[in-house]
Amino acid sequence: MAARRSRLASVGLHAALVGASVIAVFPVFWVLVTSFKPDARAVETTPRLLNESSLDNYARVLAGEKGDFLAWFGNSVLIALGTTALAVFLSATAGYAASRFRFPGRRPLLLSFLLVQMFPFAVLIVPLYNVLLALGLQGTGFGLVLVYCTTAVPFCAFMLKGYFDTIPADIDEAGRVDGLSPFGVFWRLVLPLARPGLAVTAFYAFLTAWGEVAFASAFLSAADGSKTLAVGLQVFVQQNRTEWGHLAAASVLVAVPAVAAFYPVQRYLVAGLPSGAVKG
Amino acid sequence: MRRFLDRYWYAYAMVLPVVLVTGVLVLIPLAQGVFFTFTDINEGNIANPVLDRPATFSGVGLVNYLHVLSGDPAYGSFWSTLARTLVWTFGCVLAHFTIGLGLAVLLNRRVRGRAVYRALLILPWAVPSFISAFAWKYMFNAQYGVINQALRVVGLPDPVWLGQSDWALVAVMLVNVWLGVPFMMVALLGGLQAIPADLYEAAEVDGASPWQRFRDITLPGLRAVSGTVVLLGVIWTFNMFAVIYLVTGANPNTRILVTYAFERFFSGASRDYAIASTYGVLILSVLLVFVAGYRRALRGQEAA
Repeated sequence: MAARRSRLASVGLHAALVGASVIAVFPVFWVLVTSFKPDARAVETTPRLLNESSLDNYARVLAGEKGDFLAWFGNSVLIALGTTALAVFLSATAGYAASRFRFPGRRPLLLSFLLVQMFPFAVLIVPLYNVLLALGLQGTGFGLVLVYCTTAVPFCAFMLKGYFDTIPADIDEAGRVDGLSPFGVFWRLVLPLARPGLAVTAFYAFLTAWGEVAFASAFLSAADGSKTLAVGLQVFVQQNRTEWGHLAAASVLVAVPAVAAFYPVQRYLVAGLPSGAVKG
Repeated sequence: MRRFLDRYWYAYAMVLPVVLVTGVLVLIPLAQGVFFTFTDINEGNIANPVLDRPATFSGVGLVNYLHVLSGDPAYGSFWSTLARTLVWTFGCVLAHFTIGLGLAVLLNRRVRGRAVYRALLILPWAVPSFISAFAWKYMFNAQYGVINQALRVVGLPDPVWLGQSDWALVAVMLVNVWLGVPFMMVALLGGLQAIPADLYEAAEVDGASPWQRFRDITLPGLRAVSGTVVLLGVIWTFNMFAVIYLVTGANPNTRILVTYAFERFFSGASRDYAIASTYGVLILSVLLVFVAGYRRALRGQEAA
């Protein structure tokens, strides 16, 4: 990389990056623009940036004219945070065990992390419904948290195992010499060092729960007050026409926390993702 | 036995929570789902604890599999749906990988504003996918969508994207490519940064061209990461349900195996759990065959 780039190459490089960035950002930008337009203006055949734009859509969505938006929001926050906490705990313990200990059943465990991701979860809905019913968790947020963990944890554990592999095992041994138990080593020495990996895991689990539609519509009761955002927002998509202005405003309100949770984490992403562990 | 436990108990204690949760919420439902494929279960004859109604479905042997594998349109035209699923999966993953790799290579250079570019390029990943699906559905609208608006301005044909034609498949693939590139880009960027810089310097001293450096250093250096992310990409895309379902609904032109299973599940006069489960088992089988072949191919490559 020592060679200085020619001017032409430099322009080309920036042109490619700018082009890709525009494509990446435009849909989000367009939702933002639409969120200020009245529903009738949002479907005009000559789209304009501003068209009777105001904050009316936001006011109406927040006031709960179409359904209890704030209750959906609260449900989503609780379920997403619950999923995050549980998924990080489960995948950190399992990932650490798979990274450090050579125990019988380790290889099948790693393989099963991969296999579980292959199950078409849409098809497990009825049996899952039965299991949750038997456990008394059907219709509860906690039941949904558990279901989301089964989707998020295999990938997260896989990812964290890779991350723990990059932390030298000497640290564990030093901790053992100082008299820490295996759990003490994990809790006090390794976890703090693994913060970047944990941050990525937490974000992944949060997003899994925050944006999930199918299970939430199948498992939560139809009462308006118990919906999550992903389910609730469907009220703006009617049979024949969609209230695009309102939908866009609600979407912006939903996307903001996800984006806000994302950007502190994103600088860890490059270091935290799995770096080649298919061999298992 | 005693020594065995002494030696491994903490490993098992740490693994136990995961095994317990996935065991109860994945293996039991899976076993039940497999059992359903040998029955004629649907919404009308399943046990309903709310109505206090016992189950009245009965075993039918392999009939569901025969129906589905015959390719009968009444059962989702399995073979042509499988073909479309493969087009969807490999088209999307190929685009994810090549675009992701291209952007990762650009971002791995010393370029002004790198952090800004990266933050912008990652945005599609940060937005919840159901929101992105709404956004694209809006932009793809034939009359008021901004995409056709732009096409008309430049004088290009403006197809009805989300109608009953293969344009719908093109549209959902574009959406899914948009969604999936950031993950590939970030994973491959991590891989690129792990390649020692002195390899490139040495190659440059030896007079290797940029293309030779890419082919002989970058690609081999990325092999481990690529192996993982392509495998995960194929599995995720094969089972990607939300994008297709939210953008086009139950459109036969964008039907892939997993969306058809879901259709059988949630629509129709009687929700046909048996056929949906049969599709689920077939999806799992296709993926298992693919993964086994993939791992064997990777291992063969390493040996060579």
